[in-house]
Amino acid sequence: MRTTITVNGEARSLDLDPRTTLLDALREHLKLTGPKKGCDHGQCGACTVLVNGVRINACLSLAVMHDGDEVTSIEGLGAADRLHPMQQAFLKHDAFQCGYCTPGQICSAVAVLSEIEADVPSHAGDVAERARLTAEELRERMSGNICRCSAYPQIIDAILDAAGATS
Amino acid sequence: MSSVHDWAAPNPVTTNRSGLIGKPVDRYEGPLKVTGTAPYAYEVQPPSPPAYGVMVGATIAAGRIADVDIAAAEASPGVLAVWTHRNVPSQPPRGAKAHPRSTAGSSPALENDRVSYFGQPVAFVVADTLENAVAASMLVNLTYEADAPDVDFAASLDAAGQPPGEQDVEIGNFEDGFAASGVKLDETWTTPIQNHCQMEPCASIAWWEGDVCVAHTSIQMVKPAQHGLAETLGIDRDAVHLMTRYIGGGFGGKGQTYDDLTLAALAARALKQPVKVAFTRQQMMHGTIHRPATVQRVRLGADKDGRLNAFSLMTWTHCHRSGSFTEHASNFARALYAAPNRLTGHRLVRLDLPHAGPMRAPGEASGTLSLECAMDELAEQLGLDPVDLRIRNEPPVDPENGRPFSQRQLVRCLREGAQLFGWERRTAKPGQVRDGRWLVGMGMAAAIRGNFLLPAKCSFSVDAEGVITVRQGMTDIGTGTYTVLAQIAAETLGVPLGKVVVEIGDSELPPAPGSGGQFGAATAGSAALAAGMNLRKALAELATGDPRSPLYGDDPELVTFQDGVIAIENKSETLAALVARAAPEGLTVEGDSRPAADMREWSTQTYGGHFCEVGVDPVTGEVRVRRMLGVFAAGRILNAKTAKSQLTGGMIWGIASALHEGNAVDPRHGSLLAQDLAQYLVTVQADVGELDAIMLDEVDDKANPMGIKGVGELGNSGAGAAVANAIYNACGVRVRDYPITPDKLLAGLIAKGL
Repeated sequence: MRTTITVNGEARSLDLDPRTTLLDALREHLKLTGPKKGCDHGQCGACTVLVNGVRINACLSLAVMHDGDEVTSIEGLGAADRLHPMQQAFLKHDAFQCGYCTPGQICSAVAVLSEIEADVPSHAGDVAERARLTAEELRERMSGNICRCSAYPQIIDAILDAAGATS
Repeated sequence: MSSVHDWAAPNPVTTNRSGLIGKPVDRYEGPLKVTGTAPYAYEVQPPSPPAYGVMVGATIAAGRIADVDIAAAEASPGVLAVWTHRNVPSQPPRGAKAHPRSTAGSSPALENDRVSYFGQPVAFVVADTLENAVAASMLVNLTYEADAPDVDFAASLDAAGQPPGEQDVEIGNFEDGFAASGVKLDETWTTPIQNHCQMEPCASIAWWEGDVCVAHTSIQMVKPAQHGLAETLGIDRDAVHLMTRYIGGGFGGKGQTYDDLTLAALAARALKQPVKVAFTRQQMMHGTIHRPATVQRVRLGADKDGRLNAFSLMTWTHCHRSGSFTEHASNFARALYAAPNRLTGHRLVRLDLPHAGPMRAPGEASGTLSLECAMDELAEQLGLDPVDLRIRNEPPVDPENGRPFSQRQLVRCLREGAQLFGWERRTAKPGQVRDGRWLVGMGMAAAIRGNFLLPAKCSFSVDAEGVITVRQGMTDIGTGTYTVLAQIAAETLGVPLGKVVVEIGDSELPPAPGSGGQFGAATAGSAALAAGMNLRKALAELATGDPRSPLYGDDPELVTFQDGVIAIENKSETLAALVARAAPEGLTVEGDSRPAADMREWSTQTYGGHFCEVGVDPVTGEVRVRRMLGVFAAGRILNAKTAKSQLTGGMIWGIASALHEGNAVDPRHGSLLAQDLAQYLVTVQADVGELDAIMLDEVDDKANPMGIKGVGELGNSGAGAAVANAIYNACGVRVRDYPITPDKLLAGLIAKGL
């Protein structure tokens, strides 16, 4: 099926098998291998990308459902010579080890800051109050992204740093 | 013969003139990882479009494949090949070695009609797209003749025997010593099967360049993978070029290759096209190794002052029907505490379960979950502080072999940890501290993990721009290898980090054993230091022998290397200028390192102390880790940042072992019940509270020329026991069956009337 997706700011027209997930479309068709396949079942978060600014698990979504959507993968956030502040913070705080969950963590983290800014409630906070940027909030909101190397404390430090808060 | 005394001489790492050693520099490959541009095996772009391979796993645990029907799969759109044992290309028999010095033998895929564990790859489909391959794989129709699988570990303990070539280790007379002890403890702990759950499932891509098989795979050890694949393909070892540049976690589970590599290579040869194959997350659970379950009986006999008179840790465990892997959960205890009468050993039973194998801190991770809780229980019986009980049993020399310790700062780890954590605020009597609905408690445990050094090689090159390139067939599984090799190179040659290139994960590079057993940094680093010293020597001789060099005619022994400049007193030139002029093609030298002949005269371990505060909800049985601190002594630290990440990561694995992780066997099918990351619980962000690791100053000059030791597994050792002990201190309930899930804890809480 002919599908046009704007990926990292560029319109990409693809002829896709309707069974192709958004994740496989990115990885196998567009050679954007930043989004990772950790479970292919929406259980690990390694494939997290932003679709129209909202984070989703790219493995749980068929690519043909995204005709006309804007997708931002880790490659769209920054490159090695011009790192996004969140990428810079992950590097500085050693918020990864093997690096396989990292693109998903970073995309998720960028979206989490937007969610807190937009006052999207979470389980960690009081829904009647404004969402706050705290370590506890971040731990709750980042729990869909597994890091088996367990760089969890550093990930929180990095997000707080990137958000301009002190850790 | 070499001696540890040779290592006492100063070298650039121990002198650390520019201060790069130990510095918390960012990861060398970090910019690639945070931008998603580090290519893991499945992501390497082949020279032409790849075909996609998908494996099919057996749905029985024992028996044989009676019939095969692949017609529908073969007729499925886009299918290029469908293989079972009946039509897979022939491979040498298992274990065969055409080359006698191969580090691994043939490992044929789809070997025969026998099934020896649930999930064993029994069919393989290749298609033009992943979707077509997956669809066709579902059409492979296998008929089985199933045997009744023997998979019940708990019911098989009586059938367990000594592991091959092993016997119990007894010192003194344990039974008499135990009987004569005034204070006794005799309890049994159980730990479950654990799965590695590396974030990157095992994956391979292969293609052929003439007679050479080029393969990228996700593996911790390069040489055995290269040799094993060559033996399986029946080709010369040099005809396999195996690479593993970025690895999405290993933890021991990628210490060996699996059928993804073999099948990718075979199919690429048959189809004359690159082929890539990945395990699915579900296939990882059965198709790769796991940490086996254990039953551990601990007996401690002490006098009323808390001095151990008798100590025993006996471990029962299991492995695959054809295997001999043993989870040596009792070994670590031999070096931990003093006691004149000691008994340790293992019992192994073979079952129709998937292959057991090493997983992060094999032995220690399981064994400390019993012994370090037993010490907590004994301390309570004696009315002693658990820290104090351990200090009272601190041995002056290795308690089993009498060897001196090369370095042992266990007591300092415990004392400093206690002070920094606020251990004095702990209430010895359990169940006394409340914080809202939470019962709050503190626990601690000791950490110990052996230290190893293996033979390795490395090469160093310098080019006309003064760039140093380190090349080694080593791996970085997230451990920081790239970074510490860069630091060693920069410090040894006196150049900034930006002037160092590191190339690893390639079978054509000088061999190193790879990553495992926390021997990686010491082993790879020692060889790198040796190569660096050889390059220094070559450069010094080049300069002092070159009439155009300001250093000409001087003693090469006096040459110094700093800030990219090579100098003798006030005569100097840049490294780049020297090489550009005197060796414009660059210089390459090799170095190697090996264990010293007399290393074993010392008992060399890494140590630590864990301190943990938990909250227990007495109504739900929920446990929350509120705070955790580890203090570690592990020799000189090469990089404070990456080492600390390894330690805190290991500590969080301890939380997982205590609270979350474990797989259960379905006795009907011999399968593991949890087959994905929704069912198999690993620790996630919300499970971790405030957590920190501190590394004590230490140099262990008996460990290797750099005085460093490993940290990758130390953090895991003992961490789970500290959590378990904190749970007891919080609520007074001991659960000796890991993980300590709410259902188990609730039973105890209800029994206590809480």
